[in-house]
Amino acid sequence: MSIELRNVTKRFGEVAAVNNVSFTVEDGELMALLGPSGGGKTTVLRMIAGLEAPTSGDVLIRGRRVNNLSVQQRNIGFVFQNYALFKNMTVFQNIAFGLKIKKWKKDAARERIAELMSLFALDGLERRYPHQLSGGQRQRVAIARALAPKPGVLLLDEPFGAVDAKIRQELREWLVTLHHDLNVTTVFVTHDQEEALEVSKRIVIFSRGRLEQVGSPRDVYEQPVNEFVARFIGVMNVLELEVRDGVGRAGELEFPAGGLPDGHKLRIGFRPHAVEISTDLAQFRYSAVLRHAFFLGVLLRLELELPSGLTLRTRMTKEEYSQLQLEEGRPVSFQIRNYRVLAQEPAPLPPENELIHPPRPMYAENI
Amino acid sequence: MGVFAPKRETGHARRSQRGAEEPALARWLLIAAALAFCAVFLLLPLANVFVQAFAKGWSFYWASLAHPDSLAAIRLTLLVAAISVPLNVGFGLAAAWAIAKFEFRGKPWLITLIDLPFSVSPVVAGLMFVVLFGLQGFLGPWLQARDLAIIFAVPGMVLATVFITFPFVARELIPVMQATGTEQEQAALTLGASGWQTFWHVTLPSVKWGLIYGIILCNARAMGEFGAVSVVSGHITGQTDTMPLRVEKLYNEYHAPAAFAVASLLALLALLTLGLKTFLEWRQAREHQRAQRDPAILPLGATLDPHEH
Repeated sequence: MSIELRNVTKRFGEVAAVNNVSFTVEDGELMALLGPSGGGKTTVLRMIAGLEAPTSGDVLIRGRRVNNLSVQQRNIGFVFQNYALFKNMTVFQNIAFGLKIKKWKKDAARERIAELMSLFALDGLERRYPHQLSGGQRQRVAIARALAPKPGVLLLDEPFGAVDAKIRQELREWLVTLHHDLNVTTVFVTHDQEEALEVSKRIVIFSRGRLEQVGSPRDVYEQPVNEFVARFIGVMNVLELEVRDGVGRAGELEFPAGGLPDGHKLRIGFRPHAVEISTDLAQFRYSAVLRHAFFLGVLLRLELELPSGLTLRTRMTKEEYSQLQLEEGRPVSFQIRNYRVLAQEPAPLPPENELIHPPRPMYAENI
Repeated sequence: MGVFAPKRETGHARRSQRGAEEPALARWLLIAAALAFCAVFLLLPLANVFVQAFAKGWSFYWASLAHPDSLAAIRLTLLVAAISVPLNVGFGLAAAWAIAKFEFRGKPWLITLIDLPFSVSPVVAGLMFVVLFGLQGFLGPWLQARDLAIIFAVPGMVLATVFITFPFVARELIPVMQATGTEQEQAALTLGASGWQTFWHVTLPSVKWGLIYGIILCNARAMGEFGAVSVVSGHITGQTDTMPLRVEKLYNEYHAPAAFAVASLLALLALLTLGLKTFLEWRQAREHQRAQRDPAILPLGATLDPHEH
């Protein structure tokens, strides 16, 4: 079932937790609501579910306005951040709860539960209580419980927040498979951009209650509509430039200023892979020292220190690294292949970014 | 509150005792002092009640209890408890629910009000009802004109008891409900459950032990209350005497053995309550422990994910 929000605003007292948000989730789509904590994404999810009422604007499910429908009438499945399993019920009873409430026939209910138990790899755990389960099992029970009465929409609030990293990775893949198999319209909330990029087909990005951008992972990564999105998605080197003698400068780095007057300030950003490195010191214009190389598996993260003290981050594969015979402390030359102007006459960095990634005491930063 | 705390801490206490380095002598002295205190101030008087009650033998004991006025007192005590306890269960659930699950203006006020009966002397509480419903009171003439008796009658005694035992259930439930939070209930709502179904299947089971504990305490106090009930009862023998009032009256009329006979019954009820409470705590602890070590209910092969251990 499709979901649509039209100019939805939610105020808690004076604070607008969600500010004039509109977007559509297509039937059968897997969509992520992404943003820093306090961005309003959970409130949006709860408004779709009917757990919160919008202050103004409309919520539509399958084209029908549902503002006046109660939670019970909306036919949604909701998975809470901490799962909210019924502690006094076994796994079986938890999953059966929604079916019992909806007065399913006993045989049909038993069949449905058995089907879910095997689909969710929970066989044999019927009689366990929630506190006897591992984090991953709890999460699967929570999703099975939400899906049992065959809801039209599945909503998940930070579904992978409470499990450890290794299981999280498996659960992500599993959610994608599950969605592929069941094809139920799914919306999940996350603050982890990697998770959103990996799992969803489309992403809605929020910050401070406003919708910043809706698009595919590729869109928001390559075509960010504003500075917030550009910096929130992926890793980016950010430089504050000041125009002197018709050129934008940060330390020894120079960028064409396009006729801007001297004294003008602007902020630019570039991805790590836009930095090209050579051990031939004459090959590129700028020089630096490879200060640190961090091994991340297939990729290495490199920190270049420029003579002026600026630090830039770049990435390369293990093979490139050994081909170039790089090592920590080695002088290199480099160039920046492409960059993006993030802001003109920029205000100080917006607080969301500072909350997540405290700014470093130098110009170039990695976020 | 006390419901969950005691037994989970036993293991802890044992461990820390082993680690503690107090000299054995100090430990034994402290234990002896505590036991001696309990013996002198709790056990001895309690034992005395039973000794005095049976001082004139079994037949006298039974005769004292079977006296019509004593029987009336027992019946009235049970009646008053049977009315006030359910009322306070209803109120306690409602108040605890409101306080634990909602934010509203005046919440601190409500919490303070619930504690009021603990801080007001029971005699004063009784007098409040006399002033309100008595013949010289605000509503007295109106009530009399309609031939409704509240003061010096059973309704007044129920009112006084309800007032006195007001906090017990609510006080037990508030912390338990606050600890449980609202997510499980919201989950039930998203699964289509109505408010009542949610309360019945989710809320109530999760506060079960706190509720039972509160009911036991509430009942014990309802049967044992003296001060407030005494003021509103009018002491009409055979009509408005509860067991505590009957004990006092018998004692004042120099029927000490009979007074002790009734008192022993009251004490027995108290002991039963205590026993029941201990039993429930033990059962709850056992349930908890069994749940803890439980993966034994199922064969180990039931763990499907190799990485989840």
